[in-house]
Amino acid sequence: MTAEPYDTIDCDVLVVGAGGAGMRAAIAAAEAGCRVAVVTKSLLGKAHTVMAEGGIAAGLGNVDAEDGWEVHFADTMLGGQLLNNWRMVELFAREVIDRVLELERWGGLFDRTDDGLIMQRAFGAHSWKRLCHVGDRTGLELIRTCQDKLVHTQGADVYMEYTLTSLLKDGDTVAGAVGYNRNDGGFVVFRAGAVVLGSGGWGRMYRTTSNSWESTGDGAALAYAAGADLLDMEFVQFHPTGMIWPPGARGILVTEAVRGEGGYLYNSEGKRFMLEYDPAKKELSSRDVVARAIYKEVQAGRSTPHGGAYLDVRHLGAERIKQKLPSMFEQFHALASVDITRQPMEVGPTIHYTMGGVRVEAETGATTVPGLYAGGEAAGGLHGANRLGGNSLGDILVFGRRAGEAAAEFARGQGARRGIDERQVADEQASLLRPLDGSQDGATPGENPYKLHEELQAAMQDDAGIGRSEESLQRSLAAIGELGERSRRMRVSGGRALNPGWHTCRDVENMLTVSEAIVRSALERRESRGSQWRFDYTEQDVELGKVNFVARRDGDTMTVARVPLDPLPERLRPLLEKSRFYDPAKLPKGHLTPMGAAPKEGA
Amino acid sequence: MSGNGTLDGLTGETVTLRVLKGTPGSTPVEATYEVPGVTGMVVLDAVHYVQHNLDTDLACRWNCKAAKCGSCSAEVNGRPVLLCKTRVDDLPAGPITVHPLKTFPLIKDLVTDVSRNYEVNKEIPPFTAAPDDGSPWRIQQVDIDRLYEHRRCIECFLCQDVCHIMRTHNYADRFYGPRFFVRVASLEMHPKDVLDRTELTRDKGGLGYCNITKCCTEVCPEHIHITDNAIIPMKERVADRHWDPLRFLGRLMWRR
Ligand SMILES: Cc1cc2nc3c(=O)[nH]c(=O)nc-3n(C[C@H](O)[C@H](O)[C@H](O)COP(=O)(O)OP(=O)(O)OC[C@H]3O[C@@H](n4cnc5c(N)ncnc54)[C@H](O)[C@@H]3O)c2cc1C
Ligand code: SF4
Ligand code: SF4
Ligand code: FES
Repeated sequence: MTAEPYDTIDCDVLVVGAGGAGMRAAIAAAEAGCRVAVVTKSLLGKAHTVMAEGGIAAGLGNVDAEDGWEVHFADTMLGGQLLNNWRMVELFAREVIDRVLELERWGGLFDRTDDGLIMQRAFGAHSWKRLCHVGDRTGLELIRTCQDKLVHTQGADVYMEYTLTSLLKDGDTVAGAVGYNRNDGGFVVFRAGAVVLGSGGWGRMYRTTSNSWESTGDGAALAYAAGADLLDMEFVQFHPTGMIWPPGARGILVTEAVRGEGGYLYNSEGKRFMLEYDPAKKELSSRDVVARAIYKEVQAGRSTPHGGAYLDVRHLGAERIKQKLPSMFEQFHALASVDITRQPMEVGPTIHYTMGGVRVEAETGATTVPGLYAGGEAAGGLHGANRLGGNSLGDILVFGRRAGEAAAEFARGQGARRGIDERQVADEQASLLRPLDGSQDGATPGENPYKLHEELQAAMQDDAGIGRSEESLQRSLAAIGELGERSRRMRVSGGRALNPGWHTCRDVENMLTVSEAIVRSALERRESRGSQWRFDYTEQDVELGKVNFVARRDGDTMTVARVPLDPLPERLRPLLEKSRFYDPAKLPKGHLTPMGAAPKEGA
Repeated sequence: MSGNGTLDGLTGETVTLRVLKGTPGSTPVEATYEVPGVTGMVVLDAVHYVQHNLDTDLACRWNCKAAKCGSCSAEVNGRPVLLCKTRVDDLPAGPITVHPLKTFPLIKDLVTDVSRNYEVNKEIPPFTAAPDDGSPWRIQQVDIDRLYEHRRCIECFLCQDVCHIMRTHNYADRFYGPRFFVRVASLEMHPKDVLDRTELTRDKGGLGYCNITKCCTEVCPEHIHITDNAIIPMKERVADRHWDPLRFLGRLMWRR
């Protein structure tokens, strides 16, 4: 088979994605002297990062002087139920401070304290006021600042509205990627010395989601196909507060800043139920806890008319609401006809973030495939079993930069660029074109990719969602298998030029791969920990606190392996006690709690 | 954000969409679609319903579905709006026309080529602080509040679409347009920026073509006072610079 005509673009470092992680990686690689190609499915400035609202967590200690990187480290580890890669957490907590100040030096705005320093707000499970923010539009500020830096950085070229569908390899090593121009459907090959995945997460396989169409897990699927490991895939974060009404708005995020600024949650009986579920942190408990609390209130018949809880800020006063939460005021006004200064909001859990991702080395973002790097939401390890709000914007900057630098170094060490294997290109093109080929229809009618997507969303939402069991997970696994079969018969009308139906076909394939990894990993983790809540194993298991699960490809089948977790070194162990939420009696089970025995320190 | 064309909360009414479909070579024609009405539905919900159920090939940009990213710009009943923020029940009864932005070259259906905007942004020198201005910076909240208005821009380009200098006179090659006057103003007003973009904005940016019709301000979904708080102050600065021999005085005053 010969490949259809395609454009070839040569670069040293290919960056997949123009969210915070991709852009920060590209800036780093270009500053290291590399020719960089940045590829994004959307226009520049529209990636998921733009939607972040609450802020970026960094232990600056501007508002609460007690804060510092050590406390941030402790909160992040405890929030992640000690399943995190501690080395990543350490690098993150230390370096995010520099990344915030760097952003400011690149022209990014932050709200200020009375002394003119960067203002910080409270957020769930952070010991101190830690989130640097500007109003409730921090992601927009971050993305615009990085965007302006990127387009004015020598050596970086941006390819907007291209989709990359497969990595190319030369032997073991990544040599580039294949894809297409979304607008005209023309094929393209990027030849690269190294590839960085900054491709974001995969919230789109759930029905109620705060994620955009882009979050289909392409990066994870591409890496998986190329032989990389996917780590901690069972951990999918439900944000406790998404909009639930009107129907079209279902899932749209109601920022945690609403609770950070002092909002209360009530059930239909007017009770502030978080006082019971977590008397210490109350509404600002970690996201898994608050999401489960709302879920339980609804199950107990104490839900609002549309199946959620009330979130109330009226006591803050109209002026404060409009100054600190302007986007929320506008969002409820425009989409739900609710004036949040006078009426409570109706909210419920929505899929928000994916803790798992491509397994990487802490320092470099190197995956297990030579030449392939990952950072940001696409990578796993930093957040463990549950991410704290505000930790992602820092993640993408810290590890985006590190992955960009390491990829640049790898690319430089490669010398001449690797050859492109025409057969790999041709195979990929053929697979992409299949849904457009009407001649294959024969007797069976083609499948509509959108319908398959909806069925996948139902299978994941209902059976691999906020609460799971062996039985439900087996059901969703069977559904994924069946959808996988049917996905081979996807057919769409129209041609290659900007055809969303056609684009959805590959999205569905990627989502099926990633969903399978979520479900298989969730089946293996027979315990409840962080965002993983198993109805059939409601407690933490000491032994499972010592391992991560890794999904990888073995021929055409997916295997899930246990990999031992590197225990927290002695030098970092004492830092945990710096968290205000450290409770020796309630340490997550694992290396720090000997099997069967009560925790060492006693309660 | 459901964004997947599934519907509950049906109102029992039918919404008729007339979507202009086409590609650059052809003459675009309006295609009519009937969509079941849903409580609180926005026009983007209706377009998604069409994509999922009636016409999988219909092209439209979107991302956040929450009026935060500025992707879903189009003209609804002749008015430039964000599709994800335009409620069907706010529109008059009867068919809803959905057309692409008129000022920009068509790519397909509701999607237009807005790349010129990205070129303009590249022409504008980026934020630049004095190299010796050491961290951490102290900036007052009042300065942030003033700048924040401009920084709220989500680059939907609705203002660029509506401005007659570009829409009717086709001056895209010699006129930056309102979005980029906002951009320049936000850079110039930043207390830590040391560059001066006034002449560039006058000469290459064509600030003088703007005759303050305020159409841009009217369509801005972020309620940025584009004319009053960006264009007019920039025009005053250009005037100061032009007539005032004490060039830098104006600049100092601008910065307070
Ligand atoms: C509504 C909302 C609010 C949030 N608020 C906060 C907050 O307050 N604080 C916080 O810390 N975090 C927050 N988060 C999380 C945070 O915004 C994201 O985790 C983070 O922005 C992810 O950044 P990223 O760079 O890894 O990926 P993204 O920003 O998702 O970017 C992914 C990029 O990859 C590209 N891409 C993907 N696949 C392909 C492909 N196949 N080919 C080419 N390009 C591709 C996309 O086009 C895009 O450019 C929020 C998330 C949401 C949804
Ligand atoms: S005020 Fe100026 S920039 Fe705005 S629409 Fe009118 S002419 Fe265009
Ligand atoms: S200034 Fe307003 S209308 Fe213009 S691009 Fe920005 S947000 Fe859109
Ligand atoms: S989809 Fe983001 S503004 Fe409409």
